[in-house]
Amino acid sequence: MLVDVVRKLMVVAGSLGVMLAMTQAQADGRNEICLTYANGQFEPKEPTVPADAPLTIRVKNLDAKAMEFESETLKIEKVVAGNSEAVLNVRAVKSGRYEFHNDFNEKARGFLIVQ
Amino acid sequence: MLAALIIVFREVFEAGLIVGIVLAVTSSVPYRLRWIGGGLFAGLVGACAVAAFAGTLTQLFEGMGQELFNAAILSTAVIMLTWHNVWMARHGREMANELRTMGQAVVDGARPLVALATVIAIAVLREGSEVALFLYGVAATSEGGGRALLGGGALGLLLGVAVCLATYFGLMRIPPRALFRTTTVLITLLSAGMAAQAVFFLARANWLTSFDQVVWDSSAVLPEGGVAGRTLKALIGYTDQPTVMQLAAYVGVILLTVILMRLTAGTRAPRVIAAE
Repeated sequence: MLVDVVRKLMVVAGSLGVMLAMTQAQADGRNEICLTYANGQFEPKEPTVPADAPLTIRVKNLDAKAMEFESETLKIEKVVAGNSEAVLNVRAVKSGRYEFHNDFNEKARGFLIVQ
Repeated sequence: MLAALIIVFREVFEAGLIVGIVLAVTSSVPYRLRWIGGGLFAGLVGACAVAAFAGTLTQLFEGMGQELFNAAILSTAVIMLTWHNVWMARHGREMANELRTMGQAVVDGARPLVALATVIAIAVLREGSEVALFLYGVAATSEGGGRALLGGGALGLLLGVAVCLATYFGLMRIPPRALFRTTTVLITLLSAGMAAQAVFFLARANWLTSFDQVVWDSSAVLPEGGVAGRTLKALIGYTDQPTVMQLAAYVGVILLTVILMRLTAGTRAPRVIAAE
């Protein structure tokens, strides 16, 4: 009886492990873009990326002031200290225009074009 | 100036709600202001430290330091809130029923306040570090507009305090006996929401990517970034695109809290449960 339960638990744990490993492998096939932030502006302002694939966004903040890179529609936000860079992971999204901005500066915004 | 006001207010809003709830939860506990003040102070000191080392924190764990830091402190808050609820399930009724003869309860009462003070510290730490970074950036430029921006920031802070007081006095209008039940529900949902947010940060760090399918998308009806969405997010952990894993964490924390509360309340006073 107990042996049976333990065996079942091991099978469940094993399959969970396999699923985790699979999702990790998928995570490796991700796209990456690089955004630069200087003088309160993003560059490029409207980067294009392929749809339905996980994405890594590298944000380089060249200003001395800290900024908060944020996109409500992409579900990301991260503080980027002055003169430094940060990496953000974005989950796979459908095609469309996704707004992003610096939460500390209303005027600095751009769009991620997902096609 | 208005922009600075909005930015600061947006950050302190959530902390204001949480402090207001804790004030209401502890309304019958003596010396609570010391604990709450201590939590606020620790949170502010922590916020400044996090702001000062924001760059270093970001680079930790292969660039995922912020995400994992957030997940860690949110998980701590979940544990503290659950602990508080479970402790209150055992002692809360005694305290509510015998408000005047607290005696030992006062001494015991100090214990869950450690948990709630930690929760306050964490709320202030999370929101405060962003305010500190923003205001530091403003002060560093210190051009003509700098002073007006700082003024806007100060007004935003005051509005956050107003939210805190409004939450507190709103909850205090509830009769004491119903208040206990209300705050228990509020704290449970608050903690479930924080657990879901912790899962969110783990997913962003690529540490927990299983079951990350979005269950529903209500961003068109009730966007997370809007006023109502933000309030619900702070109070009950609302998100407009929850994943399977987030929902599982949410429901899991609620179930765990209910089970633990029943177990601890049951060992001491089974009659109370039976009477309900």
